[in-house]
This record gives sequence, structure tokens and C-alpha cells, in this order.
Amino acid sequence: MNFQLSEEQQMLADSAKRFVRDNHDVEKHRQNKKLMPLDEATWGQFAELGWLAVPFAEEHGGLGMGPLETMVLLQELGEGLIMAPYIATVVLGGGFLRHASDTQQAETIPSLLEGGLQLAFAAEEYERVFTLENTAMKGEAQGDGVMLNGTKACVLNGDHADQLIVLARTAGQPGDKDGLSLFLVDANDEGIERTPHRTVDGRQGAEIRFSNVKVSEAARIGELNQAYDIAKSVLLEGLLALSAESTGSLAVLLNDTVEYSKTRKQFGLPIGKFQALQFRMADMFIAMEQTKSLLMAATLKLVEGHDDAAKAVHAMKAQLGRAGRKIGQEAIQIHGGMGMTDELNVGHFVKRLSAVDGLFGNADVHLMEIARSA
Amino acid sequence: MDLRVPEQEKAFREEVRTFLEDSLTPEIREAGKMVTSVFAPVKEAMAWQKILNDKGWAAPHWPKEHGGTGWSVTQRAIFAEELVRAETPPLVPMGLHMCGPCLIGCGTEEQQKEYLPKILNGEHFWCQGYSEPGSGSDLASLKTFAEKDGDDYIINGTKIWTTYAHYANKMFALVRTNKDGKPQQGITFLLLDMDLPGITIEPIVGLDEVTEQCQVFFDNVRVPQANRVGAENDGWTVAKYLLTFERGGQEYAPGLNVQLEKIRLMAEKQQTVHGPMSKDPVWQHKFASVEADVLALEFTEMRIKSALSAGKDPGALSSMTKILGTELLQKVTELRIETLGAQAAIWQPQALVPGAEQPVIGPEYALTAMPHYLNSRACSIYGGSNEVQRGIIAKAVLGL
Repeated sequence: MNFQLSEEQQMLADSAKRFVRDNHDVEKHRQNKKLMPLDEATWGQFAELGWLAVPFAEEHGGLGMGPLETMVLLQELGEGLIMAPYIATVVLGGGFLRHASDTQQAETIPSLLEGGLQLAFAAEEYERVFTLENTAMKGEAQGDGVMLNGTKACVLNGDHADQLIVLARTAGQPGDKDGLSLFLVDANDEGIERTPHRTVDGRQGAEIRFSNVKVSEAARIGELNQAYDIAKSVLLEGLLALSAESTGSLAVLLNDTVEYSKTRKQFGLPIGKFQALQFRMADMFIAMEQTKSLLMAATLKLVEGHDDAAKAVHAMKAQLGRAGRKIGQEAIQIHGGMGMTDELNVGHFVKRLSAVDGLFGNADVHLMEIARSA
Repeated sequence: MDLRVPEQEKAFREEVRTFLEDSLTPEIREAGKMVTSVFAPVKEAMAWQKILNDKGWAAPHWPKEHGGTGWSVTQRAIFAEELVRAETPPLVPMGLHMCGPCLIGCGTEEQQKEYLPKILNGEHFWCQGYSEPGSGSDLASLKTFAEKDGDDYIINGTKIWTTYAHYANKMFALVRTNKDGKPQQGITFLLLDMDLPGITIEPIVGLDEVTEQCQVFFDNVRVPQANRVGAENDGWTVAKYLLTFERGGQEYAPGLNVQLEKIRLMAEKQQTVHGPMSKDPVWQHKFASVEADVLALEFTEMRIKSALSAGKDPGALSSMTKILGTELLQKVTELRIETLGAQAAIWQPQALVPGAEQPVIGPEYALTAMPHYLNSRACSIYGGSNEVQRGIIAKAVLGL
């Protein structure tokens, strides 16, 4: 057992730390959160720093790294609330591209690595509690392809994406793991209508409607009706990445709250001297450390291919949801009125954690996944 | 002891329902449904207050001679319940529920004649100048100073978390008039105009991106001493009178029950792999847990009403309701976003503005969920934080 970062991982962490130090401030975040086009400058820096290449194979021009390095990078970026669509394009998008055909890879990866291609995973649907097998959106066989009809909801990076990875039901019923298929489609194809919206954390999502969108066999990722395993493995990496980024947020909330409690005086004392608040901040600390532990458990088990890796990832996402709620709520409460303002860090991190809990299944969904995996 | 409802109360409830049915305009109804805070959109709330005032129902809790209704405790509760059930926008409370009662209890006859009718008809829009940047939970440490100068006070300092100061034309404020002795004993209660020279208002944007609160700065602001309520250095008594007046005045359970019913309907629409979420035992368990708490609170509030009806002081029970009501509201808003999952993350505050006619993305019932969840985090902070409330129970009730 060795929980130390390798030299390479340490360098990645250091470069992310520097980036956050130079680029994060709340004012910039406030400006960015209006519904805006992609921040090309930031994305260009990501490309230059080599971060877009992290999970791609060396033969494709990537760095040949994996979830561990993604974790190291995103934990740091999470502390800066950097709003680049890294998870949508690189972690989820890149994850799916690993399973794509040679042609699909050749058409996308070089451009992605240069920062010229954005991706989005269209998975969630309205009024359907998210699990992969709960997917209902129809893909009906037509000739040698499939006709997509239906709506995908809350698609992260959906409006910026050049290509969409669409999860559709091509056979069976919601609840069946069989019958799911994945397609890589051009986001500007005929019949695709995107309605962009902000998400509570200041990022961008989109509702995407598919009306008789014909996709060819060449657009499929993996086998027809057998996409569950691919989708699950990529989703697990996406959940790891989301959680890594969010533990950075937990750390900031705890740190800011503790510092505030040392300087804010009421009744003649810094409020951090009141035992009632000390106990609560101690509990925040415990919740944060437990989340970090599960993040390491999940990441290492997944990287090493342990049987219970999926269970650990579900445990982590559930813990993140609960810890995020608790730490976020306490951070606001202990900051008092200041915690309710747009001015401080606190609210922005709380909103990020609130969004993250809802994405790809909240704590309840993932606890149920643990129960089912037993 | 029984739970029978007398016939005349049933009839009264019917009368209120009919009135609401007949008098709520579509704009006011829409604003009521879009509420994500204890503070409603101002224009519609004031329009609604005008309709109620024309009927004589704007301030049922005031004594009849000042424009109240003379209703019993139960009637007032029925009225409040029906307002909540009909999802009317809550009236702006600073005049009707805060300043008004202070003037009724502690104001001179002249002040009562001058201000109370204008609170009722909305001509005066009040804001509350209590908290300061350095004085929140420890309100008595407030520093905004009023120095005597001839017949006036000259005020210097700043107030914060002043709700709707940017709409108000009047402020009731606690200011320091004596820096010696116990902090509570050097505070004076003052009424002032918001357009006086030397007042600057800075709106504060909330984390829900809405401006409810402001910071107000006073730079040599001259206020006549005649605007004082109560004696000099006795403002704490006036402020405390309000607490007595309001005791048991606010009921949380009716609103919580309305919210719970909505969440139940939402859960019926969410499909899990095993059918609707409303049939999922885990969701049912969570929902039932909140439901049980709300039922308990409903009866705690009924015990308070019963004590008040009998002319008794409900004492400890009313100290509990702020804690319970606000924390259950937070729990309910949390349950709602948990029921909605990612759909609650869609952020479209522009669609919440009454009359905006902005198409809603995603299910319409999800629209207010996240803003309400975020805004409700303030409930355990304002009006005496819940830490302060627990301190009161520990000290005043348990004698610790």
C-alpha cells in the first residue's frame, strides 16, 4: 500500500495549484456564470498544459494516464471552482472515445487534444430517476441505422458540444440493462434541437430534443443493445472525477468557515470559541475526510480492477452528496448572513455541490446501487 | 379535550375561501406560486395588501380600534391557513407585523394616528434597521450612534441585512444613544425617512441572485427626537414588546403541509426502474419522517393557539416554533430537490419574475425548487439565529 503521489502526479497537482492561484477569484466566477460561450482562453490553457491529454492513450497523442491522475488534477481545480467542461469533454467524452471505432477516434481525438472539440454525454431524461438502465429515450432500427426520438435533459456542456454521445434504448424496457446503445452524433445534425440553460452552479447545460434523427451504424459506440457495460465503466470514471473535483470544494468550505469563525466576534468572543460551533466544524472535518477516503478507495479499486470497485464508487457518490449537503449547510449557517450572499466563496461552492449531488444520480440513488450490488 | 370544529368556525373558513376565490387576481396568484422566500415579489404583494385592506383584513392581528378585525385566535389562524393554502403571496411583514405592533404597544397616540393607517394602505413601506455588520446574533452590541443635537438626533453608522430597504420609504431602527452601562440599556427605537440626506443604500445580491437585503449607511443623518418610540435608551423594551406581540403569531405547519402535498405529486411523476418514486420505500420513509415532524409541529402550534385563546402565556412552546418551523422548511425544500434530482439543477431565475412569460425549461414544478432550497437557508439565520433560539430555551426555559 502506498498513498503517496508519484513524481509525475505531484507535478500535475502543482501545475493545477498554480493555475488555480492565478485564475480563481469570486469576481471572475460571478462574471462567468452568465450564460456565456465557452471560455476559449481557459480551455486553450488546459490544452497547453497537457491536461486534455491526461486520459488518452499515448498512441493517440495522449499522456496515457488514468483515473488517479484525473483525481489529482480535479481535486486541485475543484478548489478554484474552475468552470471548464473538463469532465464532460475529457473524462466522459474521452472515456467513451476509448471504446469508439478507429475512424471515430481519428476524427475526434486529435482535435479534442488541441482544444478544438467539445463533447457531451446525453444521458439524463426528465421525470426519470437517473440510472443507466432507466433510460427510455427510443432508438428504433431503420435500415442499417437507428432513428432517435425523444428528449435528453440537463446535458452538461450540451450547448457547447460539437459531438454528443447519446445513450438510447434500442430494445427492451426501462429497467433492462440489455437494449441500450450509444451513438456519437454531430450536435448540429438535422432534427437535433438544443435549448441551453444555466445550471445552479453557474455552468451550462442543455435540453436536447431529437426528432427523427437518423444515425448510421458507423456512429455507434460498442455493440447494438449491449452498451451497458461501456456506459457503466465510463460513468464510474465520470463519477470519480465529479467527486474528486467536489472534495476540493468541501476543503474550501471547511477552511473558509473555520477561518471566518476565528475572526467573527459576537458576545465578545470569536464565534469559533463557542463549543456548539466547534463540534459542528469538527463534524464537517470528519465528513470531508471520510469523503476523501472513499474517493481514494473508489479510485484505487477502479484503477486496479477490484470486484467491488463499482460499489466503492457508488459509496463515494452517496457520501459526497451527504457530506456536501452537510458541509455546505453548516458553512452558510456559521457564516450567518454573509454566507447567503453572492459576494463570498461560500455560496458558489454550495451551489456547485448542490448541482453535483443531483447529477448522474443523487445520494439516494447511489445508496440503492450499493444495496443492489451486494 | 377534543378536536371538534365548531360550526361557526367552519362557516368562517368558507367565508374566507369564497373571498379568496373572488378577489385573487391572476397576477397575484401567479406571484404566489413563484414565491421562493418568505418575501414575495413586492408589486404583487402590495397589490394583494390593498385588496385585503379594502376588505378590512390586512392586519387581523391588530386591535380593532387600530384597524384590526377583532377575530379570535382561532379565526386568525384559519385566515392565515387559508392564505397559505391558496398560495397567496405573503404580505411584506415589516410594517404590518413589526413596526405596526411596536407602535400599537409603545407609540404615542400621535404616532399611531400618523403611521398605522399608512401601514395598512401601503403608503408607507417600512424596513427594519436592526442588524449591523458587527452585531448579528449579538444584536445588543449595535453601534450605530444617535447623538442629540437640539431637537434632533444625528445618526452615524450602518445597518445590514435590511430587507427591501431599496423599496422602503420608512425605516424603524435601533440606535445607540448611550455607550455606558449594559449594552441593552443604551438603545433607542427611532422612526426615520429613507430619503433623508446622508442615507445611502447598497443592495446585496443573494446566492439565489436575488436582491432582498441591503446595507444602509448613515452619514450625519438628522432625525427629529419626536420620531422616537418609547423613552430614550429604552428601545430594547420596544423591540422586545414586538416579540411578545408576535408570540405564536406565525404558524409554519400549514405552509409545510402545502409543500409536502406538492412534493408527493412530484414523486408520483418521477419514474424509477421499479415504478413511480412515490412507491419507493426509501423515498416513502424520508417523506414520512418529515410528515411526522410536521404533524407534531402542527399540534405544537395548536397548543400555543389553545393557550393564547385561554389568555395564557404559551411560554416555552413558542420558543420552539421558530427552530422547528425554519428547520422543517429547510428539510422540506431539501426533500424537494432530492425528489427532483438533476432537474432541480436547471437554473432559470428569469422565469421566476412575475409576468416575465419566459418559457420554462424542464418540468414547471421544478422551477422554484432550487431557489427555494437556497433561500430557505437564511431562515435559520435571520430573526435571531437558531443558535440564539436554542440558547434562549437553554437559559430561559431549562434554567441552564
